[in-house]
Amino acid sequence: MGLIENRMEKNIVTTTVDSVFNWARKSSLWPMTFGLACCAIEMMATGASRFDIDRFGAGIFRPSPRQSDLIIIAGTVTLKMAEVIQRLYDQMPDPKWVISMGACSSVGGPFDTYSTLQGVDKVIPVDVYIPGCPPRPEALLYGLMRLQDKIDRMTIAKKEEQLQAN
Amino acid sequence: MTETLLVYAIIPFIKIAVIVLILSGAIAYLTLLERKLVAHIQVRLGPMRVGWHGLLQPIADGLKFILKEDIIPSKADALVFTIAPAISLIPAFVVFSVVPFGPPEMFEGLLRWSLGWFFDSATVESVAQNTLASGGFITDINIAVLFVLSVSSVGILGIILGGWASNSKYPLLGALRSSAQMVSYEVALGFSIIGVLLVAGSLSLVEIVQNQEKAHLWYVFVQPVAFALFFICGMAETNRLPFDLPEAETELVGGFHTEYSGFRFSLYFLAEYANMITISAVAVTLFWGGWLRPFPNVSWLAFLGLIPPVLWFLIKVFLFLYIFIWIRGTLPRFRFDQLMRYGWKVFLPVALGNVIVSAGVLLAFL
Repeated sequence: MGLIENRMEKNIVTTTVDSVFNWARKSSLWPMTFGLACCAIEMMATGASRFDIDRFGAGIFRPSPRQSDLIIIAGTVTLKMAEVIQRLYDQMPDPKWVISMGACSSVGGPFDTYSTLQGVDKVIPVDVYIPGCPPRPEALLYGLMRLQDKIDRMTIAKKEEQLQAN
Repeated sequence: MTETLLVYAIIPFIKIAVIVLILSGAIAYLTLLERKLVAHIQVRLGPMRVGWHGLLQPIADGLKFILKEDIIPSKADALVFTIAPAISLIPAFVVFSVVPFGPPEMFEGLLRWSLGWFFDSATVESVAQNTLASGGFITDINIAVLFVLSVSSVGILGIILGGWASNSKYPLLGALRSSAQMVSYEVALGFSIIGVLLVAGSLSLVEIVQNQEKAHLWYVFVQPVAFALFFICGMAETNRLPFDLPEAETELVGGFHTEYSGFRFSLYFLAEYANMITISAVAVTLFWGGWLRPFPNVSWLAFLGLIPPVLWFLIKVFLFLYIFIWIRGTLPRFRFDQLMRYGWKVFLPVALGNVIVSAGVLLAFL
């Protein structure tokens, strides 16, 4: 993912560095202000009172892709929008994560038509898929927590497969 | 020789190091304070999971920014793009070299005690008597107000250069807006300070506070109009809501820092908060009696003196920061033409009128 991931030998230094780095990354996941359809309404509700995504430190929605760590694909991805999403993803600085929120962005949902992309993972790599049409704010929060678990498994040490390949 | 070295090099360096450290910590936790307060204004909780009630949130944010990729767009002017955030941040810190946070004899006892271990009594005595060493400020220059105005206007250059060097349309628009806004409001800001200078008769910030003690009155009660102008224009100078047009995210993506990522962006972020603290500290010094306790000459309130002067200063600065955030959580953003109209047609004439009336009253009655 980043520049230093999966490069080092595994020892006590790398595990300590891992835990500190991963803690910082998962505690401050700033999402991009980016909504596509009705799922975006649920995303906004997640940011507002009663649900409050800011409790996890992920509440600062940045307008610029350069300053965000996380892009929540919230809604139907049309073919016209797919190019834009790809460019926005490319503009984000590493390390970056993607949550695909709802049936539409995960697999195309009810829109099996000429104009709709059948799943956003055809253009950008997705970390967490959230089912639902649209998913409730609790589901988005759970997706965020699963993403945090995934970030916790990031390491700068070489992985088993890499070691065996050598 | 030892004495010169102590007074002009070692002790100021220690003070500078301590102030820079405290200021950096204060800026980091100001971001948390803002998130918590705005959250509670919106009936939310704010950061809760990262440390107890989100207390480790600023540390996580800072560390994350250092770990992010540092993007310099290929069409950008790499040199200017790199140094612009530093140009924006450094002046905010430099202003604190003249802002007094305690009375001139603040560290006298501490210096006597600590230097007594190493030097003979004559040296200790002369160092402790020198206000440059024992004063609650890094330095006290007789043009401090001009210094504050000129240094803080250098910070604007960082914003303009950053927007220009990004070579992208939204940062450029943000930079143009910020230059227009800051030039307009700096005029009114300067004129509002003149009201205080007329009453105080000094440009040294230390002397201004001492004169407030002698006058038995904080200058906010003498110059209420000037204070209101200073506060509003200060808000505009620091790009805070309702004057945050340079970074209006609904129209300009991120404004001047749209293309900045990672640590360079966080420098801009810190600069904004550092400027907030600076404006609050200068406002407290000029209008709210700096380190003085409330009613410094009323003898039956002497028990307020149990709280040390530096704490009074910090309490007042904190109140101002609270009001800054409170206003952010309450008011919507101005439209650009409204901003210009208020700046040139309301604040500037009122500031000029205030100067003329104050000067006339001083001339006629004093």
